[in-house]
Amino acid sequence: MESWSDGFVRTHYSINPFFHPPVPILDIQNLSKSYRQAGGATTMAIGNITCQVEAGEFVSFVGPSGCGKTTLLMSIAGLQALSSGRVVVNGKEVAGPPPNLVLLFQEYNKSLFAWRSVLGNVRFGLDARGDHSAAAEKKARSLIELVGLKGFEKHYPWELSGGMQQRVAIARALAYEPEVLLMDEPFGSLDALTRLELEDTLLKLWAELKTTILFITHDIEEAIYLSDRIWVLSRRPSQILQELKIDFSRPRDQVRTRAESRFMELRNDIYRQIGNQGLA
Amino acid sequence: MSVLKRFNWSGWLVFGWVLLLWELGARGTPKLQLYFPPVSQIFVALAQALMAGPILQHFVVTLGRFFAGYLLAAVLAVTLGVVLGYVGFLHGLFETVIELLRPMPSVAIIPVAILLLGIGDSMIVAVTVYASLWPILINTIDGVRHVERTLIDTGRTFGLRRLQILRQIILPGASPYVVTGLRIGLSIALILVTTAEMVAGSKGLGFFILDEERAMNSANMYAGIVFVALLGYLLNRMFLLLEARAMRWRRGMMARETA
Repeated sequence: MESWSDGFVRTHYSINPFFHPPVPILDIQNLSKSYRQAGGATTMAIGNITCQVEAGEFVSFVGPSGCGKTTLLMSIAGLQALSSGRVVVNGKEVAGPPPNLVLLFQEYNKSLFAWRSVLGNVRFGLDARGDHSAAAEKKARSLIELVGLKGFEKHYPWELSGGMQQRVAIARALAYEPEVLLMDEPFGSLDALTRLELEDTLLKLWAELKTTILFITHDIEEAIYLSDRIWVLSRRPSQILQELKIDFSRPRDQVRTRAESRFMELRNDIYRQIGNQGLA
Repeated sequence: MSVLKRFNWSGWLVFGWVLLLWELGARGTPKLQLYFPPVSQIFVALAQALMAGPILQHFVVTLGRFFAGYLLAAVLAVTLGVVLGYVGFLHGLFETVIELLRPMPSVAIIPVAILLLGIGDSMIVAVTVYASLWPILINTIDGVRHVERTLIDTGRTFGLRRLQILRQIILPGASPYVVTGLRIGLSIALILVTTAEMVAGSKGLGFFILDEERAMNSANMYAGIVFVALLGYLLNRMFLLLEARAMRWRRGMMARETA
């Protein structure tokens, strides 16, 4: 299936003066990324990815491990140069990390500042912006409460469990109030139960704060459970194989949503797509 | 942690036994007393020297040189280390020079320093700076280079500029390494001050020790040695206390990791 951003559709929009298409908050056009290896040969990590995310959407990339998902997010976040193509965030082309976008890493133990307390970590983005107001303090504290860490404000990251650390990282990202939040397998190294819990925490916060979230995971069911739309990625060089709309009602429920027959259909559908390419 | 708080009774008891053995051995062999005066005599000599004043004057001189050299080295080495650690291209340029100069025993530089600066305070301070610079420099470079890539990227995604990343992420991230360098540098600075004072000085504890040896006042010589030893011990203790305060987050983390 073609993505809905191909040239034909755009032409169609442009000739109809009464139809104003929603402007995507995140517009990825023909993104590709290749590396030069030590021997001089180049490897292509990302083939040619084009997609758009609307404001307030929750979308996921799902793909086999090693398919260049992290590279893709790093490129979108402006932390790595693209080889070709462009990324536009809210109308501005990305050249370096955009101010209204934050990337949340999988490795919470490497992304939290060990010398800052929980509150200090959550305040990090606000401090970085030079916002030392009482309102900033209040915002940080309320986010700590929202992720369920009230009472741990003065603790240091190493005093917390992995799940709690990732909660701190989520609170820190959301306190910054980015328009787009990129998440790189944020729950990948957590145990199964903590993972389900954090999925619900994230959905609750997303509904409340109306942030746009672009999520990456290799867990097919996680992607289905969380997202409005899913893009299935191929193996290296990664490309979008398929786009799926997920229309389960919200708020979703770990038991009810996952028990729907359509859920299994989607899961099997995606699994076949990825599995067809042979296992990595 | 407990290292600072718990008093090691058995350890001090062993030390007491060594002193007692020395005392008895020295008293049992009067012929050797010129070389090994009884501990009691050494302490008497130390007390007399303290009362009379000369050793205190030497101490003040040594302490002044030590702090001048050590602090200068610390400022220089940390600044240089941060720059070299952060700017990969500069590190590449100077790496070889550092690797070649660092292993050279620093006392070998004393004759050069005398040649250039004569025998005086500036020579002794310069030698101290040179010697204690290396461990601080090397550790700072290492620390800066070992700061987690993800931490820096986190800073970047939150819109931090290069200098902000340096101040808010690289410096605190590298600080455990820097502190290690500073601690090693401290002992080295003390060694070099004493040595340089012995080679070319008319003041200072190093000079005092050698001078008393030449005058065959071995009790006084040992008194000087005890004084230098105490100085080293106290400076190291002071450093550990400061470190415990500044690096509280690190201590807790280490304790957690080894638990």
